[in-house]
Amino acid sequence: MTVQPLSLEVARRIIRRGLALSAAGLLGLAVVYLLALEYTPVEARQGLAQKIFYLHVPAAWSALLAFSLVGVASALYLWLHDARLDRFAAASAEVGVAFSAIMLTTGPIWAKPIWGTWWTWDARLTLTLFLFFLFVGYLALRAAVQDPAERARFSAVVGILGMLLVPFIHLSVYLFRTLHPQPIVLKPTAPSLPPEMLRTLLISFAVFTLLYVGFVTARYGLALAEEARDAA
Amino acid sequence: MPEVIHLALAIAAKDIRVELRSRTALVSALVFAALVLVIFNFARDPTALSATDLAPSALWVTFALASMVALNRAFTIERENGALDGLLVAPVSREAIFVGKLLANLAFVGTVELVTLPLFTLFFNVSLWTVLPGVLGVAALATVGFVAVGTIFSAMAVRTRFAELMLPVLLLPFMVPPLIGAVQVTTRLLAGRPLSEMLGWLRLLALYDVVFVTLCTLVFSAVVDE
Amino acid sequence: MPSHDGAALLEARGLQRSFGRVRILHGLDLSLRPGEALAIIGPNGAGKTTLLRLLAGLIRPSAGEVRILGQRLGRDVGSARHGLGVLLHQSLLYDDLTLLENLTFAARLYALDRPGAVAAAALEAAGLADRGGDLPRRLSRGLLQRAAIARAMLHSPRLLLLDEPFTGLDATAAARLRTDLQRRLAQGLGVVIVTHHLAEVWDLASRVAVLVGGRWAADEPRTGTLEAFLPRYQELIGA
Repeated sequence: MTVQPLSLEVARRIIRRGLALSAAGLLGLAVVYLLALEYTPVEARQGLAQKIFYLHVPAAWSALLAFSLVGVASALYLWLHDARLDRFAAASAEVGVAFSAIMLTTGPIWAKPIWGTWWTWDARLTLTLFLFFLFVGYLALRAAVQDPAERARFSAVVGILGMLLVPFIHLSVYLFRTLHPQPIVLKPTAPSLPPEMLRTLLISFAVFTLLYVGFVTARYGLALAEEARDAA
Repeated sequence: MPEVIHLALAIAAKDIRVELRSRTALVSALVFAALVLVIFNFARDPTALSATDLAPSALWVTFALASMVALNRAFTIERENGALDGLLVAPVSREAIFVGKLLANLAFVGTVELVTLPLFTLFFNVSLWTVLPGVLGVAALATVGFVAVGTIFSAMAVRTRFAELMLPVLLLPFMVPPLIGAVQVTTRLLAGRPLSEMLGWLRLLALYDVVFVTLCTLVFSAVVDE
Repeated sequence: MPSHDGAALLEARGLQRSFGRVRILHGLDLSLRPGEALAIIGPNGAGKTTLLRLLAGLIRPSAGEVRILGQRLGRDVGSARHGLGVLLHQSLLYDDLTLLENLTFAARLYALDRPGAVAAAALEAAGLADRGGDLPRRLSRGLLQRAAIARAMLHSPRLLLLDEPFTGLDATAAARLRTDLQRRLAQGLGVVIVTHHLAEVWDLASRVAVLVGGRWAADEPRTGTLEAFLPRYQELIGA
């Protein structure tokens, strides 16, 4: 039995790049914090607590991005059978579960002062909750399958099915007449945003996307390093 | 094309015959359903919450949980003596295998639902007679959807060490749209609302069925072919 | 009816198979003509069962291809499987169906006319006619093996892939199997037998191939006696 060569060096390089991007992202996050606290105006109705919106919405967006990419990578994997796609999907899922967990904890923090309850079934929170469960299921299945090829195939099936579930969740929630009807995740809280709010929000989106890319890159590199170590 | 249906029916018939011999999955699911209904009844305060308010949710949660008890059966029997390999080396398309398993699972879950319905009317003192066709219709529509997804997930779950745990973890998110739709329609049926109020939900259920039955049939090969 | 047109029943080129990062089979070539019986032998862990599963189309090769009756086995299942019979380590039977029901179902899978009659005839030929109503769990290992063999040959395949067919068979049953295989070989059947029981297949085999560490250590016509071959075999697997 022979072993296919796998470079630990390549893996380390990828991890370094990922960590660099993540560090930049975290720096950007600090900037967003500052902007949110100092630069943006305080919203009339909701007060200071509204500011969590600058973290809340982009985190939800990142979770959705992470999951969509898991779905796309899964579909491509079943077509091309490239292990890199599977590695990427797994990395994206882990980052996604982290982002959805962030969103699910910041959501209630926001909801309590605004709406008086910790949890609401509004569209954004509900969708993120489902993404969280889908991620958890995806990762649980991966942990339960030993054979790498089988694990990749099974994960891909869950990824594709999950990606197609998301619109149905969205549709169900939309039909359901929620507490505060907000059918689209990206819809802002007020009909027209002052420019400072919009700018900060957009910067925050960029920062979270950067964080996503950084974390996924680092995680991907880590997975590659683990495989290289196991093969040696 | 007829070949696929022929083989699917042969496989479904075989599954049904196997289950009727041992009856374990069927009986377990039925008993489970009855118990869940009983728990729902005792868990509510009769003065605070009327039976009719709780009824549709109780019914559908019962169906959802009971069907999960029955779903792993389909691929567990294929693991005995490596029988699945027997299907895979034969000139049988993977789509036919999936459809056959789906039909068998629908027969079982359908049976559980049909037997549970009279119990439900009894425990919750709800009259279904006037709306029976509607209830059966929405039951069929919703069940097809989550049983399709459940069939493919059970094919994967039985190959892990924790089949009974893995199936619910994977399947429950997928049960939510059909369940929401089914409960909404059932509630309106029991309240005698007009069809127009249910159309949106019925369309959702139908779309879900079409999308997921098709998708699951197509990706099944990825689950069983190495 | 099978014909001696000489076209290869089985052709494999450059077969490779990996489990994760570990390669189990390294670029194997294989071919089988009608009337040939190939015995594949080798030490444990050489990859014999993996090779058989590859040839049966249960696993996809990491590289290379397998052609059964001229067709590549893939997702599009193809008609080639009608001519393929497979015997694996497990019996492939359902514990809750009788032998007759099991074989009838198998006959349906192969789209045979009058599946019940075909199944009954197969049980008869295997000497299991009186056990047709029994459940697999009530049968001894030997009887189960005979039932599994009957299932593999039910549809008169042109190519048989057998994994340890003689396991559990008593002398009579083993002789019956050998006679049956020889008759079919004369009619143009091709057989691949993976085995540890060299003595059982020696006279039957027309070719012997030795698999060591996922590679062919030898692939040659079966000539001479088993006694003469054994020292060479020890050398090959020791290498």
